[in-house]
Amino acid sequence: MAETTALLTPASIAGAAYIVAALLFIMSLAGLSRHDTAKAGVSYGIAGMVIALVATVSATFAGAWGEPHVTTALVLLVVAVLVGGAIGLWRARVVAMTGMPELIALLHSFVGLAAVLVGWNGALEETGMTGALLDIHHAEVFIGVFIGAVTFTGSIVAFLKLSARMKSAPLMLPGKNALNLGALVAFVVLTVWYVITPELWLLVVVTALALALGWHLVASIGGGDMPVVISMLNSYSGWAAAAAGFLLNNDLLIVTGALVGSSGAYLSYIMCKAMNRSFISVIAGGFGIAAPTSSGEVEGESREITVEDAAELLRDASSVIITPGYGMAVAQAQYPVAELTSRLRERGVRVRFGIHPVAGRLPGHMNVLLAEAKVPYDIVEEMDEINDDFPETTVVLVIGANDTVNPAAAEDPGSPIAGMPVLKVWEAKNVVVFKRSMASGYAGVANPLFTRDNAQMLFGDAKQRVEDLLRVL
Amino acid sequence: MTRIGVVTEQPPETRVAATPATVRQLITLGYEVVVEAGAGHASAFADDAYREAGATIVDGAEALASGLVLKVNAPTENEIAGLEPGAVVVGLLAPAFKPELLEALAARGVTALAMDAVPRISRAQSMDVLSSMTNIAGYRAVVEAAHSFGRFFTGQVTAAGKVPPAKVLVAGAGVAGLAAIGAASSLGAIVRATDPRPEVADQVKSIGGEYLKVEVEVEQSTDGYAKATSEAYDRRAAEIYSEQAADVDIIITTALIPGRPAPKLITAADVASMKSGSVIVDMAAGMGGNVEGSVAGEKIVTPNGVTILGYTDLASRLPTQASQLYGTNVVNLVKLLTPGKDGELVLDFDDIVQRSVTVARDGSVTWPPPPVQVSAAPAAAASAATAQDAAPAPEPKRPMSPVKKVVLVAAGIAALFAVNAIAPPPLPQHFTVLVLSVVVGFYVIGKVAHALHTPLMSVTNAISGIIVVGAMVQITSDVLVVQILAAIAVLLASINIFGGFAVTRRMLAMFSAGRTGADRG
Repeated sequence: MAETTALLTPASIAGAAYIVAALLFIMSLAGLSRHDTAKAGVSYGIAGMVIALVATVSATFAGAWGEPHVTTALVLLVVAVLVGGAIGLWRARVVAMTGMPELIALLHSFVGLAAVLVGWNGALEETGMTGALLDIHHAEVFIGVFIGAVTFTGSIVAFLKLSARMKSAPLMLPGKNALNLGALVAFVVLTVWYVITPELWLLVVVTALALALGWHLVASIGGGDMPVVISMLNSYSGWAAAAAGFLLNNDLLIVTGALVGSSGAYLSYIMCKAMNRSFISVIAGGFGIAAPTSSGEVEGESREITVEDAAELLRDASSVIITPGYGMAVAQAQYPVAELTSRLRERGVRVRFGIHPVAGRLPGHMNVLLAEAKVPYDIVEEMDEINDDFPETTVVLVIGANDTVNPAAAEDPGSPIAGMPVLKVWEAKNVVVFKRSMASGYAGVANPLFTRDNAQMLFGDAKQRVEDLLRVL
Repeated sequence: MTRIGVVTEQPPETRVAATPATVRQLITLGYEVVVEAGAGHASAFADDAYREAGATIVDGAEALASGLVLKVNAPTENEIAGLEPGAVVVGLLAPAFKPELLEALAARGVTALAMDAVPRISRAQSMDVLSSMTNIAGYRAVVEAAHSFGRFFTGQVTAAGKVPPAKVLVAGAGVAGLAAIGAASSLGAIVRATDPRPEVADQVKSIGGEYLKVEVEVEQSTDGYAKATSEAYDRRAAEIYSEQAADVDIIITTALIPGRPAPKLITAADVASMKSGSVIVDMAAGMGGNVEGSVAGEKIVTPNGVTILGYTDLASRLPTQASQLYGTNVVNLVKLLTPGKDGELVLDFDDIVQRSVTVARDGSVTWPPPPVQVSAAPAAAASAATAQDAAPAPEPKRPMSPVKKVVLVAAGIAALFAVNAIAPPPLPQHFTVLVLSVVVGFYVIGKVAHALHTPLMSVTNAISGIIVVGAMVQITSDVLVVQILAAIAVLLASINIFGGFAVTRRMLAMFSAGRTGADRG
């Protein structure tokens, strides 16, 4: 970067290309903020990536051309990109939309692992630096490896939990907050140590420590907090890239890493607000969750409704709102629900969807599922847009949602979920709840909605029940 | 299998205890149903309709001799004599007012279930006849008023002149009152309503009425506390009624106090101040009346031309609807009494609803039910309440105080300043880039629609594969281990880049707008 005198060197071309690429990435994220510009946004992102990669490859190889190991490098590079690209495209093609959370968690883990490897390389390679710069370099190696490793194991655990290969209940180790804090303190101590005496075994220790910390952090977060965890890991993967940028003296990595990092952090913040949880308490693995003061015992009995009666209600309805939750994804009920929607719309019934920000296991999960089933996105509304419309609604269908429609959050100050913004479905004239059993939702809070006078239960598998409804209609 | 008998009611009653629709439901509970010929005639349900629903049409004596007899009104002496000992009879028995009826039923050895004794708890609401019948009565009161009223309800401008809308006052916004408000306002009248409970104001407004609040001047009492006396309240309420009586065309009163005579709301003077041709419907006439001068069951016209209707059979005047709702209430009770859905009636005296409705059993009168035992529901509520007293609900999260916020921001800026001031190049430049990118990131992401969060995540996923750049720089290293590690990193990051972008494109292709879906492809 010092050769400012020479014009149009490979490095200066790469630098210019990086600025263009960074700008394209920003435009890509900006484009994704609206439906009609989203596709253009992806194209900007791809263009930015192509420019960045071509510039990097040409600059790196131009600088090292003629050396004996370059051939090996080129072969390795081409093989790696081809294999990686093929795997990526294959996964992207076959993944089911209900499996999106798992895929995204897995992709996060790749970035984390890549960051660890880059960090290790930074330590193994001779830099030719001296003095303070070398010390800073050592610290950067540690920070990069640490963030990368936490992202890696955290994402792996998230993936295992989401794909039900691991129990989604939070792991409760005694003194888990002390463990997390201890790991952080140990990391700082090890970093200082490494800066003073750069020994390889310290790097091994810190990698192991970070891997363990990432595992523990996410293992102690329950399945219902997954939207926050995923966006948090998204953020971490960004910071890991940014740390690598510091290490390699590469501004493009810093810009992109920071963009991804702040975007993930902002998403996590939105999710936390939607659950009325403190961000710190979620990322610290349930740190500071107060014991619930009221058990929220539900009084009275719920009423069951037959498929025929439910169909009757829908037939006579003028306005219907469907509030889906994770249960719809589990039962794969999005297609029959979409069919039901179009059938009712043909009859002139006004059908809309009310989506709670944390419905599902991924930010925006429900929207993707409904889009997959060809539900037009302009009838899929956010909680804030639709919450005032419930009193004028004839029928609300609650499909596989529980905590996000719990009136206790709004009415019982002693409830563990008190203050969490919820969809006020109970204000509608009729509520039909599709549910497998009377069990509590993720938060373990009983739901007084089910015993309301205007609520009726339709027990059974959501997909089966919706298909039954379609048959009757 | 128990046989259910549906009996014809004695005139002038027009309702029937089961309709073809509810008969069908009773049969699904495992019962055999017989219906007395002509039982549904007055409610416009033909015998054939019952037959189609699966019931057998029989004569009166046979229907009466069933194991479970469904009635609307209390059985007469003759009917009691026709009941089988050990049978169960269901109807509106008014147990508080007819002790001799209960004696007679007990002496006959039948079990008597009073639909009007269903406790008013939310679990029993599906059997609450009082609600379902007063709802109908409230509607019918408006229809009766319109029938006796010589004008339109709605205002119109016609070639023959302008018609002002009728003004209706509804006293009491309970079930009946709300039904009346809804019916009157949908006929186009201007509806006002009074009620001592200010919390009903929203309900009144929601169905088109205007709530008249009783505003009481607060007197300064000697102990310094503001206090509204009930006397002042009553005086102001009476004033409102007097003011309104002189203004409105129709008054519908629905005020009832359980176990006490109905309160007098409209005085003779108020009635006298009304315009000629005005109509008053006193829905409480059967309980003493809210209006001075009303007579239960009669239509009275005062000397100044005001019609006062004191009908007590308003629900029966809408027999088809009333039978349907009453029949459904009965079905819900029978459902509760048939836990096995096998046509066997089981009476569980530990259940508060079943205990309350049973007014005679095994030869003895079981009314009134014992003072409500501490049942599960109140106990749970009580324990929840005490729990909250002992351990107050978690304090609401306090937003950070502004001072703290400023200090934090200042500390952050100071730290950034310090790092940049002492760090050797190229660190400061990197920090500049980092800070600016974070700020840009927050602003860009802040505008993203919720629905696009998943595509956003997969794109950021692909973009964070930019770490491949780092690995590519390292791959030309002359250390083989570094080359191999870098190659692995390139491979992983490539999965991200290709996979992330591809899956995002796939997702976005699925999002389509309803109206403009076609041209978006």
